[in-house]
Amino acid sequence: MIRFILIQNRAGKTRLAKWFMNFHDDEKQKLIEEVHALVTVRDAKHTNFVEFRNFKIVYRRYAGLYFCICVDVNDNNLAYLEAIHNFVEVLNEFFHNVCELDLVFNFYKVYSVVDEMFLAGEIRETSQIKVLKQLTTLTSLE
Amino acid sequence: MRNMRGDAMRGLAVFISDIRNCKSREAELRRINKELTNIRQRFRADKTLDGYQKKKYVCKLLFIFLLGHDIDFGYMEAVNLLSSNKYTEKQIGYLFISVIMNSSTEMKQLIIQNIRNDIQSRNPIFINLALQCVANIGDKEMATAFTHEIPRLLTSGDTIDPVKQSAALCLLRLHRTSPESLQLNTEWTARIIHLLNDQHLGVATAAVSLIDALVKRSPDEYKGCVNLAVSRLSRIVTSSYTDFQDYTYYFVPAPWLCVKLLRLLQNYPPPDDPSVRSRLNECLDTILNKAQEPLKSKKVQHSNARNAVLFEAINLIIHMDCESSLLVRACNQLGQFLQNRETNLRYLALESMCLLATSEFSHEAVKKHQETVINALKSERDVSVRQRAVDLLYAMCDRSNAEDIVQEMLTYLETADYTIREEMVLKIAILSEKYAVDYKWYLDIMLKLIRIAGDFVSEEVWYRVIQVVVNRSDVQSYAAKIAFEALQAPACHENMIKVAGYILGEYGNLIALDLRSTPMIQFDLLHSKYHLCSPTTRSLLLSTYMKFINLFPEIKQHIQDVLRHDSNYRSSDVEIQQRAIEYLRLSEICSPTVLATVLEIMPPYPEKQSPLLVRLKQKKPLMEAENNSEPSVTTTTTHTEDVPKFAETAIHLNQQQQQQQQQNGLLVSFDTIESNTHFGESTSYSLPSTITTTETTIQSSKKFLFKNSDIIFENDLLQIGIKGEATKHILRVEFYYGNKTNFNLTNISTNITLLDELESELRLNLEPIKPTIDPKAQIKQSGTIECLQEFRDLPKINFSFL
Repeated sequence: MIRFILIQNRAGKTRLAKWFMNFHDDEKQKLIEEVHALVTVRDAKHTNFVEFRNFKIVYRRYAGLYFCICVDVNDNNLAYLEAIHNFVEVLNEFFHNVCELDLVFNFYKVYSVVDEMFLAGEIRETSQIKVLKQLTTLTSLE
Repeated sequence: MRNMRGDAMRGLAVFISDIRNCKSREAELRRINKELTNIRQRFRADKTLDGYQKKKYVCKLLFIFLLGHDIDFGYMEAVNLLSSNKYTEKQIGYLFISVIMNSSTEMKQLIIQNIRNDIQSRNPIFINLALQCVANIGDKEMATAFTHEIPRLLTSGDTIDPVKQSAALCLLRLHRTSPESLQLNTEWTARIIHLLNDQHLGVATAAVSLIDALVKRSPDEYKGCVNLAVSRLSRIVTSSYTDFQDYTYYFVPAPWLCVKLLRLLQNYPPPDDPSVRSRLNECLDTILNKAQEPLKSKKVQHSNARNAVLFEAINLIIHMDCESSLLVRACNQLGQFLQNRETNLRYLALESMCLLATSEFSHEAVKKHQETVINALKSERDVSVRQRAVDLLYAMCDRSNAEDIVQEMLTYLETADYTIREEMVLKIAILSEKYAVDYKWYLDIMLKLIRIAGDFVSEEVWYRVIQVVVNRSDVQSYAAKIAFEALQAPACHENMIKVAGYILGEYGNLIALDLRSTPMIQFDLLHSKYHLCSPTTRSLLLSTYMKFINLFPEIKQHIQDVLRHDSNYRSSDVEIQQRAIEYLRLSEICSPTVLATVLEIMPPYPEKQSPLLVRLKQKKPLMEAENNSEPSVTTTTTHTEDVPKFAETAIHLNQQQQQQQQQNGLLVSFDTIESNTHFGESTSYSLPSTITTTETTIQSSKKFLFKNSDIIFENDLLQIGIKGEATKHILRVEFYYGNKTNFNLTNISTNITLLDELESELRLNLEPIKPTIDPKAQIKQSGTIECLQEFRDLPKINFSFL
């Protein structure tokens, strides 16, 4: 299952932290720092998967943002790598060429997108069309 | 999306801008505190806020929290938002609760009530919000509260698809956090399984995750899912990419659903039903075939999606481990990936191949790639990829390629990353021992290992070397020779000194006749390293010197001088001092024959599970490849168990025994080594009517100078022990009489006689003793012995029974 999803920029600022298991607040902070340290030193010659405590992180960098999904060791790496990409494409469509600032000012909406696609630590919906349709409906509501 | 009416929350945007514009942390803190004060005031104000304002402030609080500050108010307002009938307000309310209030107990019931209201509303958007909240923070209370509603929602025909998706994953969360509170009774089973066939692929995707968890809990109850999973998988995999418009991702139909279905099938053995089985095999065949087809798109997303399904299919093939053609094909496919341009694929191929290597069907096929893997070891730039290559080499190692592989691993070790050195050392040690045909080769490898990576050679590793040498008399002289040679290197790792010191101590005599390694030369060589060593090593060397005194009397004087030297005799390290003094004394008072007995050569060690395997498993608890390739062994730990089947009575870990004796409530447990050797025989004894104490073994009484408790008499029928505690002139004593036979010992009587002078010197006061001892049981007799005057002789115990 997915343990958490993080979007961080190169400087270490967290733009999204979605937790699927119970950690204490100080634990969360520690995890965020560790993931940042782990992922920002890697470059193109490294794989997109890295062992992390007794889990693993599947990550990809998009411009200045690192999208990291922490999953169990026996989970399918490529499936989650593409789940990230799927999610990013949805964000891109939803925010019309998404940039970091969109995630900052609309942080509460990002959670809606996440909840459409990932829930209870599993992939919930993979069709971009369906997700965007639902999000459009929600955005039109008061 | 530009903000629509009602959702602008200008104030929030301004606030966020302000924060971003702050030039320093102090400024940011000031701005935040200002806002917090403002919000607190607004919340406390008499007139109630309207929904929009509340939403805005709660959202601001959430933002502040996400910046890293504690928020201890606003909870009530957030919960109030839940009862709004506006989506945007509800959403913020639920979000605040999910992020900030997820573990707090206050207002839990209120929240649950609001959730219930939303679930029972007719509005699917509200239902979804509520379900998502439960899926995010669901716990025991929520599980109990919704144990009926959510399954009903999931399986009802009225529920719309998006709600079903959320309900399925909601149940998954509740099942994970408190399975007992969520009583899913069997009426739901069939309907949940049936979701696999749902027309809406999103529902199926969500449901598979739920079913996977339920299967793990009760595989039999849910085994109906196998058929459905296979047919669903088959339909997707054989479809053309135009069939699933919404769910085709870069020309790959429903890749995530396929991956999930393949994972679900890994919970079960290969299907019994031949038609299902053949359908599944066809499916896997198709997936393997598709992997060979040219890529439909240059985009990496396409190949990743395709390969995600492929790798999961290979996992399933490995799991089923029955179709050799599939296994071999999988192996070949992975072999191609080993040389792919993409690091990800090379990494994953190495990882999967590791699992394939352990299957008997594909082991040979894997070995064909040995050279590629070795090249990967040398040339890969990502250390985790190199690590997978090492793992694969370890898994594919067998008698035919052991020498090459061990050599490659040793070469790699010289430049390996420090984080993986210890594991590599263990692996090399295990492989070289397992596949050694010629133990001289094994010793060469091990000494080289210590030379290259001495710091990472854990104790278990070099203990094992010693054990092997001790157990194999044919390599002992070779061991002595190469140990001697290794010591001649100018810079010697301490572990090397330990190993060489021990070996020379035991077997130095085997090379003593060679002029290059006479006793004096051996001793000088060892002693030249002495001062460089840690106290532990020096202690070991002192023992070696003692053994030298026995082996080479001609250099006895010389060694005694060393022992007498202040740095040892008066060493500040207690162990060194003790050894120096005791060894010196031993060498002075013992006759050569006694010395020879005391310092006799070590007997062979009993065969047990290799401690190296235990250590390796501790380091890599998640690596399953190792478990398959090693023979299954009992889980006795290395040197602490006292197992009755020991043939040898000599045990080198004396302290283990004493600890056990003192720990037990009973004086001496029947499982001590001495008693065990006689265990089997005691059952066939017929009981004599009396036994006098003098005829059989009496343990020396002198040992009571050092211990408070021990056995004072033992034979095949019984064991007598004593435990004493002295305060001033009174010894509180407990006698333990143990019945080692399978019969009752009756008419017990014990009589302690104080002869002659002892009568006036000691006073005994003992409880009466029970007249019977049950088979294999102990009885206790307590009392006191008072010392009235100094005494010299010992009292006598007369013990009789029937």
